[in-house]
Amino acid sequence: MRSEYKLIFERSREGRRAYDLPECDAPDAMNEIPAELKANAPLRLPEIAEIDLVRHYTNLSRRNFGVDNGFYPLGSCTMKYNPKINEELAPLFDNVHPLLDAEMSQGCLALMKDMEDMLCEICGMDAFTLQPAAGAHGELTGLMHIRAYHEHRGDFERKTIIVPDAAHGTNPASAAMAGFKVKEIKSAPDGGVDLDALRAAVGPDTAGLMLTNPSTLGLFERNIKEIAKIVHEAGGLLYYDGANLNAIMGIVRPGDMGFDVMHINLHKTFSTPHGGGGPGSGPVGVKSHLIPFMPVPRIEEDEDGQTYYLNYDKPESIGKIKSFYGNFGVIVKAFCYIRSLGAEGLKEASENAVLNANYVMNKLRGIYEIPHDRTCMHECVVTPGELMQYGVNTSDIAKALIDRGYHPPTIYFPLIVHEAMMIEPTESESRETLDEFVDAMKGIAEQVKTDAAAIHAAPVTTPVGRPDEVTAARKPVVKFED
Amino acid sequence: MVPNDRKYTRDHEWVMVEGNVAKMGITAHAAEALGDIVYVELPVVGDETTMGESYCVVESVKASSSVFSAVTGKVVEVNEELDAAPEKLNEDAFGQFIAAVEFTEINEAELMDAAAYEKFCEEEA
Repeated sequence: MRSEYKLIFERSREGRRAYDLPECDAPDAMNEIPAELKANAPLRLPEIAEIDLVRHYTNLSRRNFGVDNGFYPLGSCTMKYNPKINEELAPLFDNVHPLLDAEMSQGCLALMKDMEDMLCEICGMDAFTLQPAAGAHGELTGLMHIRAYHEHRGDFERKTIIVPDAAHGTNPASAAMAGFKVKEIKSAPDGGVDLDALRAAVGPDTAGLMLTNPSTLGLFERNIKEIAKIVHEAGGLLYYDGANLNAIMGIVRPGDMGFDVMHINLHKTFSTPHGGGGPGSGPVGVKSHLIPFMPVPRIEEDEDGQTYYLNYDKPESIGKIKSFYGNFGVIVKAFCYIRSLGAEGLKEASENAVLNANYVMNKLRGIYEIPHDRTCMHECVVTPGELMQYGVNTSDIAKALIDRGYHPPTIYFPLIVHEAMMIEPTESESRETLDEFVDAMKGIAEQVKTDAAAIHAAPVTTPVGRPDEVTAARKPVVKFED
Repeated sequence: MVPNDRKYTRDHEWVMVEGNVAKMGITAHAAEALGDIVYVELPVVGDETTMGESYCVVESVKASSSVFSAVTGKVVEVNEELDAAPEKLNEDAFGQFIAAVEFTEINEAELMDAAAYEKFCEEEA
């Protein structure tokens, strides 16, 4: 299995071609390009025959691992199955040009407006924008709403965003990007927000609190109403990080918990491809008091409710935050997903996501350690616990899972759990798949005790074993040179 | 193991006070928990630090973590060596300071001596 795999550049041989471009039929156009902008050396492109090119990428693609290959329980990422019907339907909109007039693109606008309304219903918010390109962009957009809200009230002292230490790393990064100071508060022993720490942290400088519920430990924040009260009484707003929305669809809504602004990751909760599979989408929802600050254009209906148009006339808007109207193709796929499942289906998806995570957690109890052992939501956090005494850590277990045909769960996150493994099976998986995964985890635990050296050697079934992560991070080589 | 010539915080940082300047770094325990350190985002001379707030970020192959300041004051010196050789924090955490801060405020009562810190680490484990 283990083998060298040449880069496309290493396969290059002078003069080989897969395809020849025709003669330039507008040679005069070349003279129009200013001399200083012309390349003075040929581009260094690989020269390769078509068959070698096809084999190179086909074989490379076979080394990929995605949710279509196997179980992919990457915690906090919601790597659910992407239904193929979405991929069939989205291309129906391929020929719509984004510069088309509103009257020529009524279908697209209707779809987007419907999507905004459905997200409002699912989340308990008053309005949504579909512009943000992904989750962190949604966070930035949401935080810009919070700043605009305070400044519009003439309050320029609210410069601090409070973030619990269990938060996703993007939260403090987005807050800093939006120009806020970040104040981190420690979690309570049960993994929730420490109410006393929160009370001590809020004040006249508090712009807001960023929170994900369920938390990154996969636990539902029981004190959410009290948390909302503390933040609101201090004059701050509550931001909901929608990364974990897959646990609660149709059961409880961020808007009802007291959140003022939130984002959703369509590429997590609403089944659109994730990671290398395509762009993301991070719609932002707000309560009515933040609507004036939403990005332009807003999609609105004319008075008779017959026609949609784009309204740019919003003087208090934070402005445009994405070219055109967001990642439209992704929005179409998520729209198909919501329409396919319907209200009951979405609720069932969340119920099964939570059931699957609890099933895995309970099956692993006694073999791995469960640091916060109570009913979890859509993901569970376990650690090697006693297995560490055999000189094996979480990273080793993750590598051993690869040999058994699984994408490892998220490891070393959340940061507040030592040697964490965060497992999120999603609702997509059958009981048989979960049982096989649990058996693999049990098998690894057994092997740790009898043959720890084999675990340290894993993975042995992959083209590359253990890359030298330390050297890669300290002395990265990011450019091919021969 | 844990040197006696300095004080320790509950976030696993050390602080060595000489006059009105505090040299600060992370403990060997912290460096070990982080794993192989690959980057240290150093503060800049002249930066203000606030007691209990982050003044530096340490990145390891596992995660990036904030380093909190034990004092409020102004950075007067940083350990530039860590820029090119972050692994020195793994090799000798107590021998490598991150920054020296001329301070206006310090809460000595919050800091632990070596014995108390060792006990704290044991209790945390």
